[in-house]
Amino acid sequence: MKLDRRQVLGLTAGAAVLAVAGVRVSPVSAAAEETAKRVMQFTGGKKPEAGKITLKAPEIAENGNTVPISVSVESAMSGNDVVASVIILAEGNPNPEVATFHFTELSGKASATTRMRLAKTQNVVAVAKMKDGSVYSVTRQVKVTIGGCGG
Amino acid sequence: MAKAKPRVKVPKSAKAGEVITIKTLISHKMESGQRKDKAGKVIPRNIINKFTCEFNGAKVFGCDIDPAISANPYLEFTAKVNESGEFKFSWFDDDGSVYETSKKIEVK
Repeated sequence: MKLDRRQVLGLTAGAAVLAVAGVRVSPVSAAAEETAKRVMQFTGGKKPEAGKITLKAPEIAENGNTVPISVSVESAMSGNDVVASVIILAEGNPNPEVATFHFTELSGKASATTRMRLAKTQNVVAVAKMKDGSVYSVTRQVKVTIGGCGG
Repeated sequence: MAKAKPRVKVPKSAKAGEVITIKTLISHKMESGQRKDKAGKVIPRNIINKFTCEFNGAKVFGCDIDPAISANPYLEFTAKVNESGEFKFSWFDDDGSVYETSKKIEVK
């Protein structure tokens, strides 16, 4: 096969686009993988179900240094229906861990609010572990205008 | 660093069995260990890594904190009060110091 100058140019451009796309995609999936691994560590290998847990976060956070988030879990908080702990993870941060809340029957409700840092636009994951061993999770995407991790 | 100053908001009184909301804030720069100074050296991590709340000696709420929590960490949570007593709040700093404060509540 003989290639003229035009074709060669086109091929190189295509390859360059592919290479750039490849580089841009890989860190994101790596972060998601690490978050998934951290979730498994938290749940003890159990796959979390959807439902019961709600995560309130702004759709667009202008300042990634203080992003308010609220997490709450439907639970009677007595007997066996008690939320033991809730972990918050951010997929796109240098370290995915944000915070782990520990609840007791004296908490009355399984809900907590705090402010977190987000490095860039990313998914925030909350996973709840109940006393009876069941796990629930929820994911929310937060768009960040100015990142909050320095550097 | 400057001494961290904890601030806590707890209602003065409540009905027995009521679920109250507690708001806490502590002044702390929460240095994440990710930032670099002008010379390009990493500023070492210095954060509050743990928070606990107890009521009359029983655990109510706890939180493991990672560097992704904002400066001046703010925490809001709930507590069920069955009797009058005292809430004790503790923040644990990376450097080993513990900041404590307490608030009384009266149950009518």
